[in-house]
Amino acid sequence: MCGNTNTQQIMSEKIQAAPTDGVKDTSFWQRIFSGKFRQSLANFFDEVGQLTMFTGKFFKELVTPPYEISEFLKQCYWIGNMSLPLVGITAFIMGLVFTMQSRPTLAKFGAESWLPAMVSVAMVREIAPVITGLIVAGKVGSGIGAELASMRVTEQIDALEVSGNRPLKYVVVTRVLACILMVPLLVLFADGIAMMGSYLGVNLTDKTTLRLFFSHVFSALDFIDIFPAFIKTFFFGLAIGIISCYKGYNANSGTEGVGRAANSAVVVASLMIFIIDMIAVQVSDLFMK
Amino acid sequence: MATQEQNITEGALTDEPRFEGDKTVNIQGLKKAFGMHEVLKGVDLQIGKAENLVVLGKSGTGKSVLIKCMVGLLQPDEGRVEVLGQEVPKLKEDDLNQVRQKIGFLFQSAALYDSMTVRENLEFALRQSKVKDKAEIDKLVEEALDNVGLKEAIDKMPSELSGGMRKRAGLARTIIMRPELILYDEPSTGLDPITSREISELILEIQKKYKTSSLIITHDIECAKITANRIIVLRDGVVTAEGTFEELENSEDEWVRSFFNK
Repeated sequence: MCGNTNTQQIMSEKIQAAPTDGVKDTSFWQRIFSGKFRQSLANFFDEVGQLTMFTGKFFKELVTPPYEISEFLKQCYWIGNMSLPLVGITAFIMGLVFTMQSRPTLAKFGAESWLPAMVSVAMVREIAPVITGLIVAGKVGSGIGAELASMRVTEQIDALEVSGNRPLKYVVVTRVLACILMVPLLVLFADGIAMMGSYLGVNLTDKTTLRLFFSHVFSALDFIDIFPAFIKTFFFGLAIGIISCYKGYNANSGTEGVGRAANSAVVVASLMIFIIDMIAVQVSDLFMK
Repeated sequence: MATQEQNITEGALTDEPRFEGDKTVNIQGLKKAFGMHEVLKGVDLQIGKAENLVVLGKSGTGKSVLIKCMVGLLQPDEGRVEVLGQEVPKLKEDDLNQVRQKIGFLFQSAALYDSMTVRENLEFALRQSKVKDKAEIDKLVEEALDNVGLKEAIDKMPSELSGGMRKRAGLARTIIMRPELILYDEPSTGLDPITSREISELILEIQKKYKTSSLIITHDIECAKITANRIIVLRDGVVTAEGTFEELENSEDEWVRSFFNK
């Protein structure tokens, strides 16, 4: 009897526990959407909105005279010159290593003669644009983010504004435009250097003339390999420029804000490079079909 | 030739006519809040022609917010902000920039462009002026630096200058455009007493030489004593006292007197 009572009690407790579980589920989701997650989501969409408005202002200032030609050329020099050695060294090593790593696999199928063609397609279509984009995002993006953030916290941007100049035009448009122009040029440079690295990689085991190597390379590359890869680099440049300028331009909280702006400029710009790359592949596939 | 030179060195450097009204600045009922924190709760102030008005107040009472509202760096929540006859918050960007060219702003940190030399900083300020000839620009730059006693630092980078020299360079950049109104944000903060006095005397000299109106934000009593024609005291976002230095020094309000160490 006593045992029955206990069983009934346990059963009734279980039955009562069921709806409580349901309530627990609801409060779990409520907790998620009313707590930090909801705030983060709101912050994310706020940031996306602000960035979109900033990009809109960039395009408006871009087409409105006067044009800051000398500052634009100065930024082109800085951005190109700052990244050239690093892009060159990285591309050369990538070409060399990629060739050396690919050789054994191709050798298994007796397809070593395809090495220049395979490396060139991989380099031109994917590796050189992405690696160059990441290097520029790291080196130039952090530089721009920190520089603009420092100008913001030391009131230099305010000083530009109160002197009747347009800081967005002078500081942002010139840098973003320089990124848009310089990233594709750096990618072309990286393509060339990577091929030189690959040539060295081929010659470590085989003897191939430079002329024969490049005749293989150019016969493997089609317009559809080069054009979409080249076009996407303009978008890489735009993303790096806009994001790093946005982060720096809107920095706050003193010197701490400078570090945070530089850091988030690199992180977000790098992420955007992968997202643009993914979209570019889908779009170019549509045209290839 | 002499007349042209005189125009360059003494006249306005923009094509805009000079303001002819009595009140360079007329602010009524200015309110500004950041979130729930109300900083300015209805400030009224006027600045006459060629008058130096000093704004005294404890840190965090909204002194810097006040001058940022005057140049359109911040948008007021309520009230009328009229500067050189123009209602600043209602101006479109191009019109606002034209008014800004007639206003000089000396930032607390001087805000020199640190990628440029002192000369380039001053030349950059002249970009919006009607002066385009290189020789004229050089002459204006040298004259402005001479006025603040900084001619020897013309080709130095801002990072090579001391705090006082940076302030002087900032002042030279401010006066080179011959502004009708100069806003000084704590001009003597962070300087030693001697340099602080020199900067204060420079502010007075500029007022006399160029007949500019000035609003000087400070909590340096020595600076206020040297530069002020009139002083207002900000407390809790409103103007609590107004008068000459001597009047406020002997004010019946103990809190106001405490500013003057009395």
